[in-house]
Amino acid sequence: MKEFEYKHLRDAYGEILVELGEKYKDIVVLDADLSSSTRTAKFGEKFPERFFNIGVSEQDLMSTAAGLAIAGKRPFVSTFAVFAAGRAWEQIRQSIAYANVNVKIVASHGGITVGEDGATHQMLEDFAIMRVLPNMKVFCPADYYETKILIRKVFESDGPSYVRLSRAKFPVIFDETHDFEIGKAQVLKEGKDLTAVGVGITVHGLLITAEELEKEGISIEVINSPSIKPLDGETILNSARKTGKVFVAEEHSVIGGLGSAISEFLSQHYPTKMKFHGIKDIFGRSGNATELLRFYGLDPEGIKREIQKFLKDNA
Amino acid sequence: MINEEELKKLREISIRIRRHIVTMTGLAKSGHPGGSLSAADIITVLFFKKMRIDPKNPRWKERDIFILSKGHATPVLYAALAEAGFFPVEELKNFRRLRSHLQGHPDRLMTPGVEMSTGSLGQGLSVANGVAMAFKIDKTPRKVYVLIGDGELQEGQIWEAAMTAAHYKLDNLTAIVDYNGLQIDGPVSKVKEVAPVAEKWKAFGWEVKEIDGHDFKQIIEALDWADGVRGKPAVIIAHTLKGKGISFMEGKVKFHGVPPSEEEMKKALEELDKQEREIRK
Ligand SMILES: Cc1ncc(C[n+]2csc(CCOP(=O)(O)OP(=O)(O)O)c2C)c(N)n1
Ligand SMILES: [Mg+2]
Repeated sequence: MKEFEYKHLRDAYGEILVELGEKYKDIVVLDADLSSSTRTAKFGEKFPERFFNIGVSEQDLMSTAAGLAIAGKRPFVSTFAVFAAGRAWEQIRQSIAYANVNVKIVASHGGITVGEDGATHQMLEDFAIMRVLPNMKVFCPADYYETKILIRKVFESDGPSYVRLSRAKFPVIFDETHDFEIGKAQVLKEGKDLTAVGVGITVHGLLITAEELEKEGISIEVINSPSIKPLDGETILNSARKTGKVFVAEEHSVIGGLGSAISEFLSQHYPTKMKFHGIKDIFGRSGNATELLRFYGLDPEGIKREIQKFLKDNA
Repeated sequence: MINEEELKKLREISIRIRRHIVTMTGLAKSGHPGGSLSAADIITVLFFKKMRIDPKNPRWKERDIFILSKGHATPVLYAALAEAGFFPVEELKNFRRLRSHLQGHPDRLMTPGVEMSTGSLGQGLSVANGVAMAFKIDKTPRKVYVLIGDGELQEGQIWEAAMTAAHYKLDNLTAIVDYNGLQIDGPVSKVKEVAPVAEKWKAFGWEVKEIDGHDFKQIIEALDWADGVRGKPAVIIAHTLKGKGISFMEGKVKFHGVPPSEEEMKKALEELDKQEREIRK
């Protein structure tokens, strides 16, 4: 099996923030006492006059960012996903989404790969509660390089956005040439027996599974969907037309996430047999990230198992 | 110095604003007259004396910014904006109606002069902090004002924001507390006591001034005082009367979110006419 390099998505975020900050003087960054973890601290060291640590006050954090935005700044806001999307949901709804202000929420520590901190810190519902908000766009990159280009493109777009990043290092599957477009999914590998859509960490597992099953004569089309909202329904539909089966894997609850978003689209335009593979309406638990991915069947082996089962049940 | 002529002018405007509050809520058969009337004199001074604004150019780059944190008081804000000329006074009669740009709670995208969408209590001070921070970065003399309810002080976020404003020394921000003593379920002291209010703000690192929120001279002086505060944010605790100006609404919990009936509307307008005649005497 191919050896993958592992890198932090949040490192990419910290680096690109500094890069953008050099160029755009209207960028401001806010954090809530987690700047070393979210990597916004790098920006803070470089541009202290444009960095605001709001302290452990996530509600205040979001509304303050909205204020900076109405006064003409372009704020990035970071904390852990559970506190950004969860604790401050209503502030995001009222002061950011409804007010339709140009605030970019970049939340680190999404999903179970938070690891040892356990369920209280493992945000598995953020795609659901963010994408339901009008005006809000929702993204989740798959690796270090996708994070860089995604943050840049999200910055260039107008209006509120939510980007989920992770604590753990993720395998590097792309390189500097990787591109990302808002509202676009990418077919990473073509296939004809099954459409497998991933986001974040699961994209790596899908690629490995597809490679392995290819040897067994099973042809899987792998789609990376970092743009959860707006969703690239078209690309997924075109693939579904070809394969007739859609498997979705995500480090998120099976309720309301990418799988739901895809089924909302397909069920109305091209009803297709689907399988949602994610966290099954339960909270997470402590363990290290690798163990947890295995425990919840979101590692390459688990994903392969689920795909084989789905194919067998729908042969 | 404040001359008598100017005070008289402000009093007249405040009566026109109160008239709009009564008719807007009466015609809409909904809305919040009580907390709009208690804030009417403060809002009058802000929009017709204190703030640098240009009604013909709502997005003027040099303007001061006002955030209505107690967003339910749209009647007083819309009345002031219309009187100032941000949009025609006739539009006030469409308040809260379908297809009107005058939403029940402030909407920054729909109404000229509305700077921020509010209505969920507790968020406006944080927003004002953000504005003040941006102004500091830009080294502009622009100022930001935010009006907060006394019941609203029960929101935890207010105190998060109070800490933030003091920490970042936002002396270009002035908060005003409409201390009318009432909220929806009754007197603030009965629902959940917020006193001692001045001491709380002081403890959070603010400069505090207490005034009679219906005394134009005191309002003007307090706002000018806030300009002079350096290195700290300033808060004006304005002691007010909920429903002020309409005898049967004054101090009545009921008129927080209940509009006047047709009969009451008539009576209220007569009272305001009488007040106007007295000023003009
Ligand atoms: C977060 C939130 N909770 C509840 C409400 C409903 N609400 C509207 S006004 C109000 C009472 C506010 O009292 P106060 O701040 O004293 O307002 P005023 O007396 O100035 O009208 C409440 C509870 C709300 N708008 N927002
Ligand atoms: Mg009150």
